Amino acid sequence: MAEAIADTRRLFTKPQNLNDAYGPPSNFLEIDVSNPETIGVGRGRYTTYEVRLKTNLPIFKLKESCVRRRYSDFEWLRAELERESKVVVPPLPGKALFRQLPFRGDDGIFDDSFIEERRQGLEQFLNKVAGHPLAQNERCLHMFLQDESVDKSYTPSKIRQA
Amino acid sequence: MSFFGFGQSAEIDIILNDAETRKKAEHKSEDGRKDKYFLFYDGETVSGKVNVTLKYPGKRLEHNGIKIEFIGQIELYYDRGNHHEFVSLVKDLARPGELTQSQTYDFEFTHVEKPYESYTGQNVKLRYFLRATVSRRLNDISKELDIVVHTLSTYPELNSSIKMEVGIEDCLHIEFEYNKSKYHLKDVIVGKIYFLLVRIKIRHMEIDIIKRETTGTGPNVYHENDTIAKYEIMDGAPVRGESIPIRLFLAGYEMTPTMRDINKKFSVRYYLNLVLIDEEERRYFKQQEITLWRKGDVMRKSMSHQAAIASQRFEAPYNPEKPPNQNSEDDS
Repeated sequence: MAEAIADTRRLFTKPQNLNDAYGPPSNFLEIDVSNPETIGVGRGRYTTYEVRLKTNLPIFKLKESCVRRRYSDFEWLRAELERESKVVVPPLPGKALFRQLPFRGDDGIFDDSFIEERRQGLEQFLNKVAGHPLAQNERCLHMFLQDESVDKSYTPSKIRQA
Repeated sequence: MSFFGFGQSAEIDIILNDAETRKKAEHKSEDGRKDKYFLFYDGETVSGKVNVTLKYPGKRLEHNGIKIEFIGQIELYYDRGNHHEFVSLVKDLARPGELTQSQTYDFEFTHVEKPYESYTGQNVKLRYFLRATVSRRLNDISKELDIVVHTLSTYPELNSSIKMEVGIEDCLHIEFEYNKSKYHLKDVIVGKIYFLLVRIKIRHMEIDIIKRETTGTGPNVYHENDTIAKYEIMDGAPVRGESIPIRLFLAGYEMTPTMRDINKKFSVRYYLNLVLIDEEERRYFKQQEITLWRKGDVMRKSMSHQAAIASQRFEAPYNPEKPPNQNSEDDS
């Protein structure tokens, strides 16, 4: 039974179901951060961003959702994930405290180019985090992405699928 | 290693009787250099001659005895002083006395047991060598001759395939299969990865061969991992129902047979590591141990059987009536 040349023929495989081959993939998840809007006047102003989600993953209750969030909401999400999960959470775009100091030549944190840079960073952050299998189990992520508003006094918990 | 130095009055040479016919094998030394050494197998006789050459003919050489030893030893790098000898044979060549002229002594270690393969690793070394010594009052003169030992195995009677379903609940389910659990050093790993559920965005998949050298016992166990090979088997995003083939030729990589608990001092084991990487650089992996063994070089008598296997490539059933592929059309 000894053979000098090994048999390298492929192992037997089941033919693929054509619906699986050509149908929509099971991993569809798209998150866009867009439409920054500055709300309020004077000192109390802040910027909100539209967070739009489209998916076919069963772990998300809504297959399409659209909410508005501000930078401090992202900071809250990052802190919750760091504490509650074992995920190595990616960094957020910078806090830019120096931009909030007075006597600047530009619009500070309401400067268009700064907002655009921040928008891109927030979008990257969410796409990285939302696709993480462990982060997807956290209640805080789903609340951030799909609930009308973020309830910071919520009880942290894990999502379980039926 | 020889102690040639100021004041050595004699030179020792060890010559093997079958030096002309015996094969040599390449072996990497501790500093990474590759040298060739005479190759021996378990049970083979080690015989030859020891030449003691006086540097100053006419000047006598007083000695306390001349002997030759055959030694197999394990040296742990963190404990260099202690050599663990698992084979130690000695033959006395001359009683204490005087040499007035150069002499040659014959020796034979008959059917020597060489239970383990020679190994030079990151933290441990196992070597076999002959050492001829002329004992003297103040300092001995000695010469060592290293040899390399390979351990051979025959085709295992039982060589089941490795087939397993693994994954992350509701995210990624795959079934991997490797055609054998024991591979010889020039073998081919034939396998496949079948995707049952893909809810993450996979960018590519590779298979790595990892060598793990374990030294020490009890609480002082130390593992040294070394990735010997990285072989990409898939580029792009798979979907449910897709099968990715694996064909990995082992002859291209520098590997040793699997060594388990050698003389209770060290182990060398090999693992296949299947790695999937997603769009965000996250890595998902499954490690599986395989056993590597060394096959003896045996010429097959029948060439047609080999040629028939070689002419088949994919799923065509093996047909013993089909003549081997002989011609290649030249379309120039």
